[in-house]
Amino acid sequence: MVVLKNLSTEELYAPGHRLCAGCGPSISIRMALKAARGPIAVVNATGCIEVSTTIFPYTAWRIPWVHALFENQAAVASGLEAAYQSLEEQGKRKGKVDVIAVGGDGGTFDIGIQAISGMLERGHDIVYLCYDNEAYMNTGIQRSGATPRGAATTTSPAGKIIPGKRGMKKDFTGICAAHGISYAATATIGFFSDYIEKMKKAIEVDGPAVIHVLAPCPLGWRSNPTDTIKLAKLAVQTGLFPLYEVNDGIYKMSMKPGKLLPIEEYFKLQGRFRHLMKPELKDELEEIKKDTEKHYKKILRLAGEKVT
Amino acid sequence: MSRKKVESSIEGIIPYSGEGSTITIEGGAVCTQLGCAYTGDEAVAYAAKQSNVDVIAAYPITPQTIIVERFSEYVADGEVSTKYLPVESEHSAMSACVGASIGGARVFTSTASQGLALMHEVLYLASGLRCPIVMAVVNRALSAPINIHGDHSDMMGSRDCGWIQLYAENAQEAYDLTIQAFKIAEDKNVQLPITVNLDGFFISHSTESMKSLADEDINKFLPSRTPIYKLDHDSPISIGGMALPEYYYEFKRQQEEAINSAKPVVKNVGDEFGEMTGRKYGFFEAYEMNDADIAIISLGSTSGSVRSVAKKLRAKGEKVGAIKLWMYRPFPTEELFSIIKNLKVLAVMDRAISFGAPYGALCSDISSILQNRDSEVKVLNMIYGLGGRDIPTTTIQQVFEESLHTAKTGEVKQRIKFLDVRE
Amino acid sequence: MNKKEPLSERMKLSWREMPFAGIMFEPGSSVEYKTGDWRIEKKPQIDGEKCIRCFICWIFCPDVSIKRVPKPYKKHTESVEVDYYHCKGCGICAAECPVNAIEMIEESKDVP
Repeated sequence: MVVLKNLSTEELYAPGHRLCAGCGPSISIRMALKAARGPIAVVNATGCIEVSTTIFPYTAWRIPWVHALFENQAAVASGLEAAYQSLEEQGKRKGKVDVIAVGGDGGTFDIGIQAISGMLERGHDIVYLCYDNEAYMNTGIQRSGATPRGAATTTSPAGKIIPGKRGMKKDFTGICAAHGISYAATATIGFFSDYIEKMKKAIEVDGPAVIHVLAPCPLGWRSNPTDTIKLAKLAVQTGLFPLYEVNDGIYKMSMKPGKLLPIEEYFKLQGRFRHLMKPELKDELEEIKKDTEKHYKKILRLAGEKVT
Repeated sequence: MSRKKVESSIEGIIPYSGEGSTITIEGGAVCTQLGCAYTGDEAVAYAAKQSNVDVIAAYPITPQTIIVERFSEYVADGEVSTKYLPVESEHSAMSACVGASIGGARVFTSTASQGLALMHEVLYLASGLRCPIVMAVVNRALSAPINIHGDHSDMMGSRDCGWIQLYAENAQEAYDLTIQAFKIAEDKNVQLPITVNLDGFFISHSTESMKSLADEDINKFLPSRTPIYKLDHDSPISIGGMALPEYYYEFKRQQEEAINSAKPVVKNVGDEFGEMTGRKYGFFEAYEMNDADIAIISLGSTSGSVRSVAKKLRAKGEKVGAIKLWMYRPFPTEELFSIIKNLKVLAVMDRAISFGAPYGALCSDISSILQNRDSEVKVLNMIYGLGGRDIPTTTIQQVFEESLHTAKTGEVKQRIKFLDVRE
Repeated sequence: MNKKEPLSERMKLSWREMPFAGIMFEPGSSVEYKTGDWRIEKKPQIDGEKCIRCFICWIFCPDVSIKRVPKPYKKHTESVEVDYYHCKGCGICAAECPVNAIEMIEESKDVP
């Protein structure tokens, strides 16, 4: 249980960055850094966070930070961690630095997945943090493997024939857990105590750990910036984004499963789902609800919870 | 590492002279060198071992595989303190090298052909972030069609990436240049990544007799790395931010200055290495160029064949010369101009095609340095050896003969000639 | 008013003087950039009496623009203040405050 007044007031992440007003990923980064136990080095993929926080000569980072390319943050982090180990063993440097590789859903689910898989398989002591705003937001809201079914993006628009993105959201946490790592978890900025605790656990793991945090994007989701936290909570409460941990392959729900809120509560606040509220797309909405329930029950079963 | 006794009767190779031979160098410097027999790949792996590399991240690809395999043996036997990352692709290999380099480590890697092409975007990252990474490129043809044999299309395809590029003629040079590469790259006025190129199979897989240095001498020659900047807890800097049009151009100009600053460093390190070992290096090796009318310039293993043909022609009284270019980037413009300007004809050997271009890569560079200058050299471009096609000395003889013909008559028969292709 | 040239202008140096490899050596240099100018309609105002110092607004601010300051009030040792130089006016603080101590008021012309 995270007590806010006990969190450090030291801000490792400075204001003055160019992220949108109400930016979910920005909140996710700030909260993640509050989980630091000592020095941190961040390896950041190309994306909203990277570009908007480091427009030369302004940087919002008060910790060692590097941006390499779009898809190789896991590989760069691997090299950095190996360098620290090698130099430490040879007595050429001293002091533990927690290496955190950060990527958006674009740089994680799609183009970056190879490097992440390699990093997990090699067992580096790195935390991988994926801030998921469910599309390639930085380049203008194009669909990604993390875009949920039915969402309208610029490359999966809600058109006359095809009503938004086809296909489900990739199960990234499941992919990571399948590598046999000791800790992977989903989180959301809406429930900060759960998220920061999970981040702390991930940092403490001696080996790779993955945190997949849902971070709403008001611009891309066509929502009110004021609703960012509300949406982050609703995604969980409607069963669309279940919160769970995978400890050494064993799934555990983070919130007691109860009655789920209707998906419309979540969709109606976002422009990207507005088309699904129309009567002619009733069937599509029903399909999405069925898929959501199926996925949620799958996670419940994996976690050993009773499924009605 | 097995040391085989080999009777060397190959022209141009330093003959094997027994275990632990001590060579006395002019000026009294003494450097113990061991006679040994290695393939190019083995020699490079050994050089990397002796250079006290902190991190290696590499992915196997023929014909570089022996380098990573040999190094894995060193690691498994505890003979090195290097952290070896068996990454999952060449793109990740170079990315991990960049990560390790900015962490302050001395980094080495190796690749070839498709691997070099796959890591292409990361090459620019490494040079833009000024990481002094050393990479051995075992030059191999690019697909399609797939071909695993030696030519220069891989490195020529990436020649503008901002890396310093050196070419080795044989296993001895591959070994020597790898050791020098760390010193050149890590020089405080340079701070750029560097490739040491060796021909796939011709050098990488051919066992040659050569000399290796003692660890102590290499340690003296190559002190441990002092990074100009590093990413660590006591250095909370932001690396790799976005430079808008108001700033980007200045950073690239800075980089251009850096690669040109490598010229005197390559020369000084080559001289220092020469004092230590008796084998001096520099921008190029000029054979009988003082009074030559015609010459051939080449990169890599072909230079050995060119030199041996030139020797024979000289014995017959022909005024021919040969230039072996060690340093391709930065291009030694002034120095090269000064030795070719009085030639009648220069034949330029390119082991790669630059599709649709007026000349191959090396020939483009050579003809550029002759632009707007006071010189009447005629340039002949010879494309050869693609996909590992051998270039016999008879063909090289023909090149000299064609150059002699052009020198006498002034006639340039073809802009580009494709040697030994079935027409 | 700060009459000094902004950092972005001061960094328009000759290529010889530009920082090595494009590195930003000064941590947190973005604080100089006034994102407070992004606000168009509303800005948050915290009612110091209603505020229970739960710090939920502090943790949720995407722009690190709610500061915890050592200003005691009744049994609290700290208080919260808005950093108007950087606040972008997103309204998350007002929406999430459990005691409705934050109100989004009209942006006035004399913001510092």
